[in-house]
Amino acid sequence: MDILDFLLQGFAVALTPLNLAMALVGGFIGTLVGALPGIGPINGVAVLLPISYTLGLPPETALIMLAGIYYGAEYGGRISSILLNIPGDSSAVMSTLDGYPLAHKGMAGPALALSAISSFIGGTIAVIGLTLFAPLLAEMAIKFGPAEYFSLMIFAFASLAVIVGKNPLKTAIAAVLGVMLATVGVDSGTGVLRYTYGQPELYDGIDFLIVVIGLFAVSEILLLLERAHMGRLIPVAINRTMIKLEEVLACKWTILRSSIIGFIIGVLPGTGASIASAVAYSTEKRLNDSEGTFGKGDFRGLAAPEAANNAAAGGAFVPMLTLGIPGSGTTAILLGALLLYNIQPGPMLFAQQPEIAGGLIASMYIGNLMLLVLNLPMVGLFARILLIPNWLLVPGIAVMAFVGVFSVHGSMVSILFVLAIGVFGYFLRKLKYSLIPFILGFVLGELMEENLRRALAISGGDMGILFQSQISQSLWVLTFSIVIILPIVRLLFRRRLLEKQKT
Amino acid sequence: MLTNRFSILFFVTTLAALSLQGCNNTQPNTTSKTERKNLECIAPAKPGGGFDLTCRLAANSLKESKLISQPMQVKYLPGGIGALAYNNIVGSRNKDPNIIIAASTGSALNLAQGKFGEYDENAVRWLAALGADFGVVVVNSDSPWQNLGDLMEALKKNPESVVFGAAGSIGSQDWMKASLLAKAAGLDPKQMRFVAYEGGGEALASVLGGQTQVCPCDVSEMKGQLESGKFRILAVLADDRLEDEFAEYPTAVEQGYDVTWPVWRGYYVPPNITEEEYQWWVDKMTKLVETPEFKQELANRGLFPYVTIGSEYETLVKKQVKDFRELVKEIGLSK
Repeated sequence: MDILDFLLQGFAVALTPLNLAMALVGGFIGTLVGALPGIGPINGVAVLLPISYTLGLPPETALIMLAGIYYGAEYGGRISSILLNIPGDSSAVMSTLDGYPLAHKGMAGPALALSAISSFIGGTIAVIGLTLFAPLLAEMAIKFGPAEYFSLMIFAFASLAVIVGKNPLKTAIAAVLGVMLATVGVDSGTGVLRYTYGQPELYDGIDFLIVVIGLFAVSEILLLLERAHMGRLIPVAINRTMIKLEEVLACKWTILRSSIIGFIIGVLPGTGASIASAVAYSTEKRLNDSEGTFGKGDFRGLAAPEAANNAAAGGAFVPMLTLGIPGSGTTAILLGALLLYNIQPGPMLFAQQPEIAGGLIASMYIGNLMLLVLNLPMVGLFARILLIPNWLLVPGIAVMAFVGVFSVHGSMVSILFVLAIGVFGYFLRKLKYSLIPFILGFVLGELMEENLRRALAISGGDMGILFQSQISQSLWVLTFSIVIILPIVRLLFRRRLLEKQKT
Repeated sequence: MLTNRFSILFFVTTLAALSLQGCNNTQPNTTSKTERKNLECIAPAKPGGGFDLTCRLAANSLKESKLISQPMQVKYLPGGIGALAYNNIVGSRNKDPNIIIAASTGSALNLAQGKFGEYDENAVRWLAALGADFGVVVVNSDSPWQNLGDLMEALKKNPESVVFGAAGSIGSQDWMKASLLAKAAGLDPKQMRFVAYEGGGEALASVLGGQTQVCPCDVSEMKGQLESGKFRILAVLADDRLEDEFAEYPTAVEQGYDVTWPVWRGYYVPPNITEEEYQWWVDKMTKLVETPEFKQELANRGLFPYVTIGSEYETLVKKQVKDFRELVKEIGLSK
């Protein structure tokens, strides 16, 4: 079928009043779920799936609503990242880097607005990519085996050095600590228990949610407490609420590049939005940070991860819809939703049930637009969260963070973990370690180890497999150029500059 | 300004209240014999997986067949592939008559390997198995192996040449399936090349991408993949051929290899409930499996009929754990 016909048919499904309303409901719930620290899109979708099934919604409507929650959450995650320095969900970690400093400069409103716009563009580019290239991309994604993933992880680790470059040693230490924390739990290859001390709570390792909430939310609360106690709390002002057009235009290439990066990484099963936003951020920093403004409240540093994480959320639909293989935890649950309705995703979905595939894709165009319209007027309201006095805000954050963790894990031990990691995070921050390499080390370390061991299991221990395919080779070249060639070029450049100054 | 601040406050408190509601631990209520409130099914995993599905099967069909008047809640207690929930139920909630906990063949396998800590299979009361999935041997449709015999020949000739891509580590169900196949080919399971993936989807993708050659998967994972023609099913690991769309695929048994792997999905209840309370559940389940609503719910979830209830089920689980224990020892995985 022609793509245009297919899409038109999809819009006919998506534009029915019920489906429009459900896209709006989904987007709204998603924004809330994303904004609340501790509750991510996975929980939102999982909780609402049985409800939508019980309500007897038709399959395309249910899917449109659940997908709305998924990409709505990518919008919402930014809110607490920017305002409170606490990522609302895992993919919004990178948005704290420039978003929070912006809020501190009194630019909370423009920051929220810009992130909504970048999210919109990222999300829309991903849907366009999904419409045009889905089957082609799916074929490519399955060629990405463990060896290729391993070289991608190495590349991502190399990029880390660029993200927080001031003190490379501290970055390295933080990243290694993250990797170490990721080794706790059942070893995915052999089933052997590592560092679990006989505690069943530790068998599955330490959950990402627990680490993020502890590391960011609890340590932030402790810092706020400390500042309040020392009387060094700087009141946050709100200078203006709207962003200027030229500020958005200044980010246009950043948004475009990050959207494409995000989409491609999102298509690869198992990588996801957190890695996409990290790679996009480091790419932009490398390209644009000539004045050293990244990390201190640069609009581009906020636009990059926001465009990328939304694009990645869209990209994750590619393997799910075309191959029936989920690209992320949330799409895995969406896949379950399809199965519940007796719909089999996979190569035949587009041909056999175009109203579902088309309706879903068309609704993503509409849903993104809705989220933009929904989010822009609320910017002023969200920004006012900063005006809530600390005696109310801090306990509020704490309550929500703990409730979020408890509702997912249902055990007090997980709360204790959050507290312990929070105290640990507080000391890391006092010692001027960045938390970003820690959290990325935690995420990437596990993926890297798993894929290295898978690759070696496939090759029977032959390291050659890591350099065999063209994809891996190009990734190794990229890594090599970041780690070795780039610093040399920079050194030469600086030396020449010094010589010029001398003469 | 003031109204705005209030609206945010309201928003925050409402949300906090809403989310709190979702996780209050209500005390058991057992006033009446026939009518019980606050029924719960605990899925010992995160939302969205097989245990979640098992709980939803009971919760939805009990409600829809009107065997219970108030909805049964599904709660999640993830940790150690079910170990955390097992310890929690035996250790602290051991008298609560209103909860059932989802389990599967995988739970029996974990018990056999001592992965549930100090407690063994006798520590809880096994209630019922309501449905099953089956193991299946899948290869890429480009694969030179046309039937199970071809694969076995290749394994015998050179065990190194066959790479299994599976969901789960060594000691998992997929590993057991692969080991049983290797054993049937006359090999030591330690010789086989085994790659552990995160889930069935990833394992199938690796077969599709050519990184691995064989997936010892489950039938339910193959739904929707068959029409595409990208995979070939070499054998179904059931006693007899399955029905409907899977009827054309031969079992391993009929191809001359005695390997079966049914994956039952069932429930256990806390150990210290009274015999009467246990019987209440047995009665409900016995009535449930006869209802059309249950059959519909079972089919919706891609499960096959497989019903054993009460003492019959207790015997089955205990025998299975015992068999697994020997099997694990034989394969060389015991500690």
